[in-house]
Amino acid sequence: MPTADEISKILGASGPDIVPASAPFGSCPLPIFDHKRIVLGHGSGGKLTADLIEKVFLPAFRNPTLDKMDDQAVLKIGNLRLAFTTDSFVVTPIFFPGGDIGRLAIHGTVNDLAMSGARPLYLSAAFILEEGLAVDDLRRVVESMRAAAAEAGVQLVTGDTKVVNRGKGDQIFITTTGIGIIENDVNISADQARPGDKIILSGTIGDHGMTIMSQREGLEFEGAIESDCASLNELVITMLSTSASTQRRDFIHTMRDPTRGGVATTLNELAKRANVGIVIDQRSIPVRESVKGACEVLGLDPLYVANEGKLLAFVVPEMADDVLDRMRQHPLGSNAAIIGEVVDTHPGMVLMKTEIGGTRVLDVMFGEQLPRIC
Amino acid sequence: MKYLDEYRDGKIAAQIVDQIRRTLTRPWVVMEVCGGQTHSIVKNGIDYLLPAGVELVHGPGCPVCVTPLEMIDKAHAIARLPNVIFCSFGDMLRVPGSDGDLFTIKSLGGDVRVVYSPLECLKIARANPQKQVVFFAIGFETTAPANAMLVWRAREESLNNLSLLVSHVLVPPALEAILDAPGNRVQGFLGPGHVCAVMGYREYDPISARYHVPIVITGFEPLDILQGTLMTIQQLESGRATVENQYSRILDREGNRAAQKLIASVFKVGDRKWRGIGTIPMSGYHLRDEFSRHDAEKLFDVAGIAPLEPEICISGQILRGLKKPHDCPAFATLCTPQRPLGATMVSAEGACAAYYTYGRHLSPHGFDPLHQAIRETENVHANR
Amino acid sequence: MCLAIPGKVLSTFDQHGLRMAKVQFGGVVREACLEYVPEVQAGEYVLVHVGFALSRIDEAEAERTYQALRELGQLTELETPVDDELDERAQFVPVKIDPGGDGR
Repeated sequence: MPTADEISKILGASGPDIVPASAPFGSCPLPIFDHKRIVLGHGSGGKLTADLIEKVFLPAFRNPTLDKMDDQAVLKIGNLRLAFTTDSFVVTPIFFPGGDIGRLAIHGTVNDLAMSGARPLYLSAAFILEEGLAVDDLRRVVESMRAAAAEAGVQLVTGDTKVVNRGKGDQIFITTTGIGIIENDVNISADQARPGDKIILSGTIGDHGMTIMSQREGLEFEGAIESDCASLNELVITMLSTSASTQRRDFIHTMRDPTRGGVATTLNELAKRANVGIVIDQRSIPVRESVKGACEVLGLDPLYVANEGKLLAFVVPEMADDVLDRMRQHPLGSNAAIIGEVVDTHPGMVLMKTEIGGTRVLDVMFGEQLPRIC
Repeated sequence: MKYLDEYRDGKIAAQIVDQIRRTLTRPWVVMEVCGGQTHSIVKNGIDYLLPAGVELVHGPGCPVCVTPLEMIDKAHAIARLPNVIFCSFGDMLRVPGSDGDLFTIKSLGGDVRVVYSPLECLKIARANPQKQVVFFAIGFETTAPANAMLVWRAREESLNNLSLLVSHVLVPPALEAILDAPGNRVQGFLGPGHVCAVMGYREYDPISARYHVPIVITGFEPLDILQGTLMTIQQLESGRATVENQYSRILDREGNRAAQKLIASVFKVGDRKWRGIGTIPMSGYHLRDEFSRHDAEKLFDVAGIAPLEPEICISGQILRGLKKPHDCPAFATLCTPQRPLGATMVSAEGACAAYYTYGRHLSPHGFDPLHQAIRETENVHANR
Repeated sequence: MCLAIPGKVLSTFDQHGLRMAKVQFGGVVREACLEYVPEVQAGEYVLVHVGFALSRIDEAEAERTYQALRELGQLTELETPVDDELDERAQFVPVKIDPGGDGR
């Protein structure tokens, strides 16, 4: 790999984006292309985000737990295993079909915990409110959080409120933390994935992201798209109790909820984390007609669109059909499908069999997916 | 979805491929003109499905890719101005100029807005009478009717705070430039389906005749592309060279008269510079003088920018079908969609970007292990 | 270039002096400008690019094209065993989703 100087020479222009690796936290062996400023793409959950984490956050805070890079940290305290997570919610608009920022905050946090097989127990919520926000809007959000917490069976036990000047806060930001307990015979994380595992998707994809996108100026779609925002902990309990007779609970190796960046990005993260290959079949992936239509019009791929009430599970092959049946009996899993499997070839890479029988690589998203005309 | 899903049928696709295989007696090089067709080919792995004798090379049909660096720098200079609302299709947001892209400008406080349709700019201009609203009007002929309507309505409604930065390009002169270039290997074309929905395909008859090349106007779904390829191969094998229409459910030879009429009222044909290729005479649209007050290039003083193209970039050769992305030493190493060096990597439709996105960068310089792995998998199943 | 999608015209109306339509794409409805296809009526299909209908889809021609494609198959008498075997091996279960409104 050429040095930053060599690259600069080749590229000629003094583009602002070429900065040699400055190293406040220690030296880095590879030259880095850094953005000098944060751009929106850094928050999209794709390559830019991963880049930022890898180059700015991880070097500063390195430790074994953080390095696992799961959505939740699993902490051993005495005989107890705690799942611990944090999340921030900045969505605009704050109210949308199928939910609002409050509902999203509760379900999003609960899901991060549930993906490790934990029983979510307690949440905290810190609010950053923009001067001028209508108190009625805040009440609506808070009431929504109350209802969502009741749905999920968790309690909000501590919180904080700050107010920032008008123009500095986009109405409302919510930051949460969550704690849950993982029972001893449950061991679910990204690095547990094994070749042969079947990949189950719990339902239709792209509902949440297309709902948000459709609320943006000029992209309105009439009816039929709403967010799938929901807590998945009950569904996970149902899945874990598939084998009531044997009490076996080790048949789910990995779970993750495909939020921003979509199913494609999440599968890539898992493939790289576990160093396994993944193959999926495009024709088996459930997509609502409305979401499909919206994606076709804007030139977007549902596989990269965010979801807020879906999960991916890697399940041992001999139990996959039974787990699928259990899921389909639950309202949040009624459209569940086996979409692919984990393989030992092409580790770190996700391949997809396309609609017409071809095969292609499913890569990670770079920044935001934008509507295109080409 | 009607008129889409049925053109993605895998069984029929396999049958068309087989028909191509039976028709082929020698190798042929066919160029698909449109970036959207390139995208469809690479996304669906159609070039992997085709028999080895059919080589698909990718054409310059990506308006984002071929927008000259000077024009992008002008757009960025305008977007940076205070009091300007800069509107653009999503495709242009990440295209780097000499100094950053529209996203960067947005992060520094520029009012940059993504629009899906040019008509939204009318709404924005009406709502912000004290601001200058500028729309980046790029595209081939397909987008010209929409851009023309925007300018027309701006004048009708006297929206004097609304202007367009026009960078329109035309397909037929580009085809001629490709066919004229020394070293040209292209023997037949899949013509641009949506461009021809607007313009018809009368203009392609003289090209087909003069250069003796088949031109099959083709759609974008996998079955369209495969059928278009079959029709092209059939012509080549029988020594014919005419213009045919595969996309007949959408267009006919005359195209859309109403659109052509408004385009002619608003635009005049002139020379245009194509990034990676150079200036092609009479290959683009410029706003007519009577629309000068809506011409951002005249309204804003954005002269004097000297853009710098990376020397290593070979996108000119790729746009003319002379080279493939993995022939370029920078492909997937120095040059990626995250850090594009040139035209064909900047846009999702560009050949380099398409190749990269669909995983063709596993080994540059020819050998493609993914292709190998797919072939091996298929052999295993075929032999079961 | 040229992402353009076929959709069904549900209704037409005028807005700011332009003829517009509500067009249905799969399960969603969006506005599009009909100025370039003034003869189009509700119930017909159009090709839409950046909010403008560029052409009316000739349904008879579409049927003819598709029929021709299907017949290509009968000429070659090709089976497609590869698809079926892969499906068996992988046990993928395709799930059909009805247009909006069905329970999650």
